[in-house]
Amino acid sequence: MAETPKPEELFQNIDHSLPETPWEDVPPDLSEGRFCYPTKKKNLEYLDLPTTTGGEWSPADEQWPIPDNWQEIIHQGFKDRLEKYRSLKVFMDVCVRCGACADKCHFFIGTGDPKNMPVLRAELLRSVYRNDFTRAGKILKKLNRGRPLTKQVLKEWFSYFYQCTECRRCSVYCPYGIDTAEVTMMGRELLSLLGLNINWILEPVANCFRTGNHLGIQPHAFKDMVDFFCDDIEEITGVRINPTFNRKGAEILFITPSGDVFADPGTYSFMGYLLLFEHLGLDYTLSTYASEGGNFGLFTSSEVMKRLNAKMYAEARRLGVKWILGGECGHMWRVIHQYMDTMNGPADFGEIPKSPITGTVFENAASTRMVHITEFTADLIYNNKLKLDTSRNDKHVVTYHDSCNPSRAMGLLDEPRYILKNVCNNFYEMPENTIREQTFCCGSGSGLNTEEIMELRLLGGLPRANAVKYVHDKFGVNMLSCICAIDRAALPPLMDYWVPGVGVTGIHELVGNALIMEGESERTMDLRFEPLNEETEEDADE
Amino acid sequence: MNTAYLYSLIAVVLLGLLAYIGAEAAGLEVLFGVIIPYLALIVFLVGFANKMLDWGKSAVPFRITTTSGQQKSLPWIKHNRFDSPFTNGQVVVRMLLEILLFRSLFKNTRTGFAKDNQHITYKWVLWLWLFALMFHYSFFVVAVRHLRFFAEPVPFFVSFLEQIDGMLQILLPNLFISGVVLLAGASLLLLRRVFLPKLVYISRPADYFPLFLIIGIAVTGLMMRYISKVDVVRIKELTMGLATLQPSIPEGGISGLFYVHFFFVCILVAYIPFSKLMHMGGIFLSPTRNMANNSRAKRHVNPWNYPVKTHTYEEYEEDFRDKMIEAGLPVEKE
Ligand code: SF4
Ligand code: SF4
Repeated sequence: MAETPKPEELFQNIDHSLPETPWEDVPPDLSEGRFCYPTKKKNLEYLDLPTTTGGEWSPADEQWPIPDNWQEIIHQGFKDRLEKYRSLKVFMDVCVRCGACADKCHFFIGTGDPKNMPVLRAELLRSVYRNDFTRAGKILKKLNRGRPLTKQVLKEWFSYFYQCTECRRCSVYCPYGIDTAEVTMMGRELLSLLGLNINWILEPVANCFRTGNHLGIQPHAFKDMVDFFCDDIEEITGVRINPTFNRKGAEILFITPSGDVFADPGTYSFMGYLLLFEHLGLDYTLSTYASEGGNFGLFTSSEVMKRLNAKMYAEARRLGVKWILGGECGHMWRVIHQYMDTMNGPADFGEIPKSPITGTVFENAASTRMVHITEFTADLIYNNKLKLDTSRNDKHVVTYHDSCNPSRAMGLLDEPRYILKNVCNNFYEMPENTIREQTFCCGSGSGLNTEEIMELRLLGGLPRANAVKYVHDKFGVNMLSCICAIDRAALPPLMDYWVPGVGVTGIHELVGNALIMEGESERTMDLRFEPLNEETEEDADE
Repeated sequence: MNTAYLYSLIAVVLLGLLAYIGAEAAGLEVLFGVIIPYLALIVFLVGFANKMLDWGKSAVPFRITTTSGQQKSLPWIKHNRFDSPFTNGQVVVRMLLEILLFRSLFKNTRTGFAKDNQHITYKWVLWLWLFALMFHYSFFVVAVRHLRFFAEPVPFFVSFLEQIDGMLQILLPNLFISGVVLLAGASLLLLRRVFLPKLVYISRPADYFPLFLIIGIAVTGLMMRYISKVDVVRIKELTMGLATLQPSIPEGGISGLFYVHFFFVCILVAYIPFSKLMHMGGIFLSPTRNMANNSRAKRHVNPWNYPVKTHTYEEYEEDFRDKMIEAGLPVEKE
């Protein structure tokens, strides 16, 4: 990949003029840096998924290693999915190409590539649908512009279904609720029938299947890492925490994305969780088997998603917990909120989640038996159960990024805000059209947070970054909070590039900073081992 | 440049000529006045029902509501009932707001670039919403008004609607607002597709064709009403004949203009089930809009849910037992 240009230059170069050539005739750009690397075959084999017919390959290759009857395989797969998903069938038929969704996609805004307009992304499938599955498509060929499934079309699918982060922003504006994320998911499932997957997704999936988490952390190492956080916490607060693992009979099983165990700044939120639970004296346990909240299966196929997700209920059952508490993560919560109970339920263990501290019964999670940590914490704060010193977060001027899935697949909007306003004193919202259900993706969701497409990710993340820049310039915002592990990995480079001087944090890192623990020593450092009260002057005028 | 609209325009003009010549010169009144209308109706009914059933046949495996507002969670957090409906009643309201008021289009924004200060801007724009609303409502009113041709006595609600629709007749005699608004709405929607580059780029001939057709219907309708007055009594004789299944071509004939109008309507009606115009039915079935956001409270059942290969705890422990024991993690089998 060529050197990434300077931000100003990249911004100036965004070109929204449209080509003369109709989109059907523009070949996809499959040059280095514009595609995610395909998966290593071993991952597919390990998971018993269809593989390509050759060895290593690159999307830039002229010939792809697919079987001779690949059209048949896709046609059949398409047909099956039309029967299995009304969403797909309706979305294939009803789009009127009104264009309302066109400029709502962060990838279109950032790249100006017309095939990143949600409507055209969906047309990539739709044109084949019209040709293969509709009568009118056959009779009125000219009028309907159906397209036979050619290798060129297949390449287009690979290119553009891996330039969609399944964020659902387009769906909010569509008069029929057409969800291009759903179309992308179907497109990816079809590609996966030929073994055309990307490594950044399949490797974590294979890891997760075996070890229970995306990073392939084995049980003893997982424990070590958490112990390590406990050492840090002890150093910072003087309080020793000894969480339990795989403990039968605990009241609550806590599951969070493994990114929080592995990578900064997610780790600080993990420390925040530990502090919170200790503060409450909560009867909980962590699992090394179900040690992953995230689920990259969602970005592969519904079957793979189900295979990975099964561990949560299985472990809850085995340990005999009453209910499950889930950490901060975006796509994890899409799976839990909209798929888990349906796929792997009914949840035949425990009881309707009830906060042992406040007695609040989480009726909204009555069936799934899983509560979001911000629902849990907001309830605690509302009932005055936490001792907080908000001044410890005073050096942060905070704004909040709604992650796509909690906002558009769950409606979790005010819980995190309520917590934020109670743990820090300086909070500013980004402009209205860029938050809540209108939020912009970090540009790296749905398994696209891989290095080789960095420039694309920076472009896709531009609308988000630009809104941060707005509050950074206006209010001196220097901390971007979020409740998503992918965000915590993807936003720091995005900020460093577009809005240097803005850090990234999880909500529970801020909670952890503010919590006054029983018997703690006077705190001089935050959870990052940075001084608590460093003044903000140097950030303010960046 | 995209010339899709030219083809569609030509197609509509040719269809119009066909009907005009057919009825005026070739004496094919029975074909255009009786046979084609009946055929069109049958095609529409069968096609529409087929499509709805076909959609209905497909499963709804997951509850994939697109939430556009605060979920129902803690009692003290204000729940946004219609953007994140929790009960079926709330879903109905959400759907009604969508179907009757085009709520999602009402949220439309336009993205712009302020290149000098490196800001991206989002402007609330209501044009599409307004044009769509004009178009659909006037179409509806016009359609209802036309029931007068298919019922005797004219139903009370038709006369009532006509009175409202004719409100401006004090100023302009004979004027029905709906006809003019329909023509304006359809034309504005067409102009978007001809002049906005993005719209041009995404449009297919199938997007222009129905617009031209409807404009054709509106223009011929208005012409009959305001310019070349046609014999309404004879037209009603024909349409009543059709409605009562005793079709006949009235003595003395009807102007060719009417047959053009009527033929356009027939084409449109027959075209609906095979085109994007099916959005009128599809909107009711869109899973992101017509389902409640309560999947954690109430289990949704997937009719084709099947068992999958998982990696069980036993297999996991088998893999890592020694390491687990060494690390002091509890195990099932020592
Ligand atoms: S907003 Fe919906 S109907 Fe309009 S072009 Fe986009 S997907 Fe199609
Ligand atoms: S789901 Fe998000 S990334 Fe995908 S097309 Fe829609 S707006 Fe773009």
